[in-house]
Amino acid sequence: MIKNAPVLIIVVPLLASLINIILGLRWRALSFPLMLAALSVSAASSFIALNTVIDSGTIHYRLGGWAPPWGIEYVIDHLSGFVAVIVSFVSLVIAVYTRKSIEREFPGKTVYFHSIFLLLVTGLLGIVVTGDIFNIYVFLEITSLASYALVAIGPDKRAPLAAFNYVIMGTIGACFYLLGVGYLYIMTGTLNIADLSRLLPGLYHSPVIQVAFAFFMVGIALKIALFPLHRWLPDAYTLAPSAVSALVASTMTKVGAYLMIRIIFTVFQPFFSIEVLPVMNLVGWVAAAAVIFGSGYAIAQTELKRMLAYILIAEVGYIVLGVSFANRTGLTGSILHILNDSFMMACLFLAVGAIAYKTKNTNIASLSHIHKTMPITMAAFVVGGISVVGIPPTAGFFSKWYLVLGAIEAGKWVFAAVLLISSLMTAIVFFRIIERVYFTAADPGHGKSARAVMDEAPLGMLVPVLVMAVGVLILGLFSGRIITTVIQFAVPSVF
Amino acid sequence: MIKQCDNVIVQSVSRFLTPFILLFALYVIAHGHYSPGGGFQGGCILGASFILSMIAYDIAEVKRRMTEKMNTVLTGVGVLIYAGIGFICLLLGANYLDYGVLAEILPVGTAKARALGTFGIEIGVGITVMAVMVSIFLNLASGGEHEEGSVE
Repeated sequence: MIKNAPVLIIVVPLLASLINIILGLRWRALSFPLMLAALSVSAASSFIALNTVIDSGTIHYRLGGWAPPWGIEYVIDHLSGFVAVIVSFVSLVIAVYTRKSIEREFPGKTVYFHSIFLLLVTGLLGIVVTGDIFNIYVFLEITSLASYALVAIGPDKRAPLAAFNYVIMGTIGACFYLLGVGYLYIMTGTLNIADLSRLLPGLYHSPVIQVAFAFFMVGIALKIALFPLHRWLPDAYTLAPSAVSALVASTMTKVGAYLMIRIIFTVFQPFFSIEVLPVMNLVGWVAAAAVIFGSGYAIAQTELKRMLAYILIAEVGYIVLGVSFANRTGLTGSILHILNDSFMMACLFLAVGAIAYKTKNTNIASLSHIHKTMPITMAAFVVGGISVVGIPPTAGFFSKWYLVLGAIEAGKWVFAAVLLISSLMTAIVFFRIIERVYFTAADPGHGKSARAVMDEAPLGMLVPVLVMAVGVLILGLFSGRIITTVIQFAVPSVF
Repeated sequence: MIKQCDNVIVQSVSRFLTPFILLFALYVIAHGHYSPGGGFQGGCILGASFILSMIAYDIAEVKRRMTEKMNTVLTGVGVLIYAGIGFICLLLGANYLDYGVLAEILPVGTAKARALGTFGIEIGVGITVMAVMVSIFLNLASGGEHEEGSVE
């Protein structure tokens, strides 16, 4: 079955999601183990696929045995294998977490939740492994529709409205992407990415191709909530159930960033966006605005989840900023940040979910001394927080280091300054919380609460939080190894 | 609002039409890979026959014959047929959705097995499209209540 690993990554969660609806109506208890089993197989297949890629180069898998460019092919190279491993692993850990949190938030609806969760993961992994731009659109829609549904079931009354805004913006984004695909298809008659990158260079000066590129960029920018197009994100990610926020925050925007790197550097050759249609500077300024704006708004928030949502907007800005430098160091930083940010965001959102599960209140003002009742969760939150700020030895430091080096190498000193300033701003965000939790003087009237007993979230929620927090530290220690074995081959060879 | 309608003409005509609609739907599905049509189009027509009965009689009447649970299961079963046929190909040692290999378990040649594999998939698509059409209509016509209907 090893040669089928590329397709098993997607087919197993898809099949499980469908079987789950049928089985789950009769035997509800089977639903959760089935989801875990499917995601485990999917994660194992991604690991096997990435390993094969590292050993013997890019894998091409022909769906239905039809040769590309007529048939659809799945292509796993260093970049897509890397992102597939991240997405499948993080979603597996978050799936463990859903057991307790979803049981409480929607008793009786768990079967449908698991099915949609699996569909969301299927879509994300599909975008990553496919080598066909129309197929990417199909998976993009599977992902988006599943996430609309998951956001809409949020516990808050405002969740359906947030989901509706998300539907509108997401659909516009998908339309732009599809228009881009259509324009490329009109001009070249092919949808296969390898074939497109061979055929397109002759057509680079055609306005149709340039407009298609612009459509792709706008579509993806909407999907990943890049700064001026970010309005839907804070509401949708704040009001979704906590496990869903963790999943979408840690994987969806990262897969969008992957897609952007794919379009800029694989579908179009790198010199298109650097010389033919020099947009990298513009992309860089937009991303820098996203970084500053996201960090700035995060300072102003009083609610933890909303604050993290704005931090996420800044993080998306980091990844895109690294892409805009268009050099090896910057892109290495971006790709490494896809990994690190995915773990950081999962860690932070899961920790906040655990706090919400216990206290039902995530206002920053009410967090004083929560480390006495929930020491482990708060420790994990702090690890995630200092990683976002970028303090060694956490993972966040290393990717930011590469991003800053990339900016200096490209001679863009302003962007290097932006990266450092935003680190200071996120430091304010997180140190304010740390101060509020650990160092607020105890109220004289509440002498008893000083002896508060430990009251952590159930083990099923605590373990995923811990896995992510330890993961952030381990990724920091091994980041050199990750770069030499995977990321240096994922960066386009022209740099 | 969709309520029990006692117009004898509407009810008789819809009763008379339903078998023809069903037959035409099956024809469109079965001929999908030879002529215009296919699982999606056939599934829509199949769904239309249910929707016609819901309009001519009422939602409760149709739900007595096809329960909501049944509809949900059919939504899953259809796609499962599609993905399952692909998976059988995997188990037989070929690539995903490579129907030619189905000749090993069907008493026909490779070319015929490919045609039958495609046909199986069209059936799956048809079932899912029908179930989703019915479910969309139910949700829209009853304002999400799945009852008689609450939208004037």
